Amino acid sequence: MIPDLSVEIGSLKLKNPVMLASGTVGYGNEISEFMDLSKIGAIVTKSVSLKPRKGNPPQRIVETPAGMLNAIGLANVGLEEFIKTKIPFLKEVNSTLICNIAAGSIEEYVECTRILDKEEIIKAFEINVSCPNVKEGGLIFGNDVKAVGRITELVRGVTNKTIIIKLSPNVANIADFAEAARKEGADAVSAINTLVGTSFDIYTRKPKIKNITGGLSGPAIKPVALAKVLEISRRVDIPIIGIGGIMNWKDAIEFMICGASAFQLGTVNFVNPAAGVEIIEGLINYCNKMSITNITDLIATYKI
Amino acid sequence: MDIYKIIVVSNTALQENVFLLKCLSSEIASKILPGQFCNIKVSESDFPLLRRPFSICDVEGDYISFMYEVHGEGTKLLSHKKEGDLIDLIGPLGKGFNYKSEYETAIFISGGIGVAPFPYLTRSLDGSIPYKIFLGGRTENQIHTYGLHNYEISTDDGSMGYKGNVVQLFEKHIPLLDKSKIKVFGCGPNPMLRALKELCLLHEINCEVSVECAMACGFGICQGCPIEKAEESDKYYLVCKDGPVFNIKDVVI
Ligand SMILES: Cc1cc2nc3c(=O)[nH]c(=O)nc-3n(C[C@H](O)[C@H](O)[C@H](O)COP(=O)(O)O)c2cc1C
Ligand code: FES
Repeated sequence: MIPDLSVEIGSLKLKNPVMLASGTVGYGNEISEFMDLSKIGAIVTKSVSLKPRKGNPPQRIVETPAGMLNAIGLANVGLEEFIKTKIPFLKEVNSTLICNIAAGSIEEYVECTRILDKEEIIKAFEINVSCPNVKEGGLIFGNDVKAVGRITELVRGVTNKTIIIKLSPNVANIADFAEAARKEGADAVSAINTLVGTSFDIYTRKPKIKNITGGLSGPAIKPVALAKVLEISRRVDIPIIGIGGIMNWKDAIEFMICGASAFQLGTVNFVNPAAGVEIIEGLINYCNKMSITNITDLIATYKI
Repeated sequence: MDIYKIIVVSNTALQENVFLLKCLSSEIASKILPGQFCNIKVSESDFPLLRRPFSICDVEGDYISFMYEVHGEGTKLLSHKKEGDLIDLIGPLGKGFNYKSEYETAIFISGGIGVAPFPYLTRSLDGSIPYKIFLGGRTENQIHTYGLHNYEISTDDGSMGYKGNVVQLFEKHIPLLDKSKIKVFGCGPNPMLRALKELCLLHEINCEVSVECAMACGFGICQGCPIEKAEESDKYYLVCKDGPVFNIKDVVI
């Protein structure tokens, strides 16, 4: 029997809970050579900003134990180019498209959302208030509960589509941020973005990435991400999209048990660009084995 | 590009810490071009997590080979692979050398393990064009002549061949060449490529180089591998997708 894998995030219905995380699938073209994107629940675009961003100078990445640090610096083509050259391909992919937005000011978040709201193919917005690698914007907002609330409120004012606020783990109480987002009308939160980290060369004593610090991702952060998802799940009544170190279907199930309604695959796409479809297979087998007919029956079923 | 699981035929030491990994893969052998690379998963576990990029070294029939130097945890694990083991790899990746364009003599210049793409590249010329190879290294055990003919050697310490660096060795030969009719192909560490760029710009010599860079994905989705364009631009090239081979004039090394 094929279990029902469909899930709902606010008004957004996904054929399954597998999403591809922002910044780890570009705009879909390359990864489509490795798997059938129409099987994937949703694709989240690389963060789009109002104007193009060149991003940080090299070196931008370094491998760390069971993970990696990145300081890409939100390199992206900018909103205009995104609409002109990236959306046409994404229209042909029969998957749900979520547009991730990054900005340097509250006004820029609102302006981006307002313009992109007209693109019918975009079904939801993921608001990135948590990028650790740019000076202005990103974490400055992500660290400030009031700013997160305000951004949510204003973005809510310009779109009726699903709004997901992507939260930073680099805060004391992530649930406070989820609560602020909920109160101001967000449909869901996604957690987590990367953790601030660094790495030095012991012979030259220089940082291995030019930006000095970067965002840690990959299996190394999974326990932290799970704890954050669990914290939100226990305190705030809002759908959660779990992100952080998922490498296989077992990791994904663990996130759902800890409270995630859906989950995103990030770094794993670099290592195994077919992971998305493999995980769907794994979910089906698990549901069958556990006699689960609707995958939603798993969400937040932790026994504590 | 695709993901393949291919079988190891041999993995032999050419020098103390330099290995030649030979695998069977008719699909990659039939598609891959000189200068392209494959991204190899060296471990089945999550540590090391990322794949490692390796230039294609040679293609013979259905066999492909990679030459690599052991310098970290990943390459050490790779050196433990044995005949019959399976290797998980993504390829072919990147853009290779434009070795079919108009020139009369090809010059190949490498530093250390930068020689890796040259056996396949020189073989691909198929005897149609005369060529000369300049191999450089710090010392004798950094000189790898596997699969090569027609070479001259330089070492920084003079332990083998000309004493000095490989760009100086090439410079000595420039008066003997018709500069407008040669094309240089270079691969090696950045300081060598910088010296090569200066020399080629000075003499107006056409030159393509393969550059090295840290990579996470190897196929254009992570934006982790930027290289500055020589002309002012609001974008970088991506080494894995726009390269790893570039005209030396187009990039800041
Ligand atoms: C190279 C790289 C680039 C990223 N770029 C973005 C981005 O542009 N916007 C964003 O919201 N998150 C970005 N992220 C964060 C991921 O979407 C994800 O939250 C994080 O990597 C944790 O998941 P993982 O451990 O599965 O990779 C990026 C992550 C990586 C590794
Ligand atoms: S290594 Fe990922 S884009 Fe080049």
